[in-house]
Amino acid sequence: MAELPPFQTLIDEHATEVMAVLRGAVGREGAEDAFQETFLAALRAYPSLREARNLRGWLVTIAHRKAIDLHRARGRAPVPVESVREEAVFDPDPADGEVWRSVAALPPKQRAAVTLRFASDLPHEEIAAALGCSPEAARRSLHEGLKRLRKELA
Amino acid sequence: MTATMDNTIINKSLERLRERAAAEGLLDVAYATADSPFGTLLLARTPQGLVRLGLPSEDVGETLADLAGRISPRILEAPGRLDEERRELEAYFEGRRQEFEVPIDWQLSHGFLLRAREGIAAIPYGETRTYADLARGAGNERAVRAAGSACSRNPIPLVVPCHRVVRSDGTPGLYAGGVEMKKRLLEMENQSG
Repeated sequence: MAELPPFQTLIDEHATEVMAVLRGAVGREGAEDAFQETFLAALRAYPSLREARNLRGWLVTIAHRKAIDLHRARGRAPVPVESVREEAVFDPDPADGEVWRSVAALPPKQRAAVTLRFASDLPHEEIAAALGCSPEAARRSLHEGLKRLRKELA
Repeated sequence: MTATMDNTIINKSLERLRERAAAEGLLDVAYATADSPFGTLLLARTPQGLVRLGLPSEDVGETLADLAGRISPRILEAPGRLDEERRELEAYFEGRRQEFEVPIDWQLSHGFLLRAREGIAAIPYGETRTYADLARGAGNERAVRAAGSACSRNPIPLVVPCHRVVRSDGTPGLYAGGVEMKKRLLEMENQSG
């Protein structure tokens, strides 16, 4: 049995990062719900966790899964189009702040594709499944998103 | 500005998370800190009741890590769930309360130690008992040393008032929070009682 630290420690250390990841993945609207779902799921599974070494990675993985759930739910029941202009996204690491802000400012599909590809390392097929589109469309969203980011960050 | 706004959103989400965790039976241990004339106290409760009270002399991180191992790692800081405990302690320190009414979770005590601690909980405000009294009350009059550890390792000091257990010669004896704290508590109870 792993010696697990009190769950509050995980919140204290990783809540801001989880929120930033979710902002990037699902936008401001869904992030709060996804944040609660992430930590509830983590809390549920926590006592049976065998390995206490990479709790941050474990949490971020759950966050990405919750983001995918949310994208799937949105795919089934489309929500009103979000505003493309996002307010600045807070990020604990200032070096990444600019990138996150630019990612957050992408149109929803591109933003989701970029985050799923690079933050959760999903292949195109799974991004497509998450977004409810064809792999080709997912590839295109990713491509467009990256093009835009490169231009913005150049 | 942005960071503040984000922290506000995170805090709001965490508030909601605590409520949902409790509603779904996922909050095994809730804890909060409370001010006292002796320094900051740590209060921890399970759904059954107050399970641990950390004195200012105890390390909060170590105490919580210990609870994670002995009870459950599902531990969240949830001050709202300890409002009653904090109110009663505050009133106690102000001399307005002589008995605690919050439920107690005895799960960290077993056997003789449990019986001895239940005996401690029954010592009235403003009175004292000796370690020998305590041992006898718990069913083994020769277990004076064990009665001593029932006090020194009492998981819920103050509410289970081990400061009311003194030596047979009338001197206060040891206290996890320091002898000075024990003396001051006994003095306070003498004056208010």
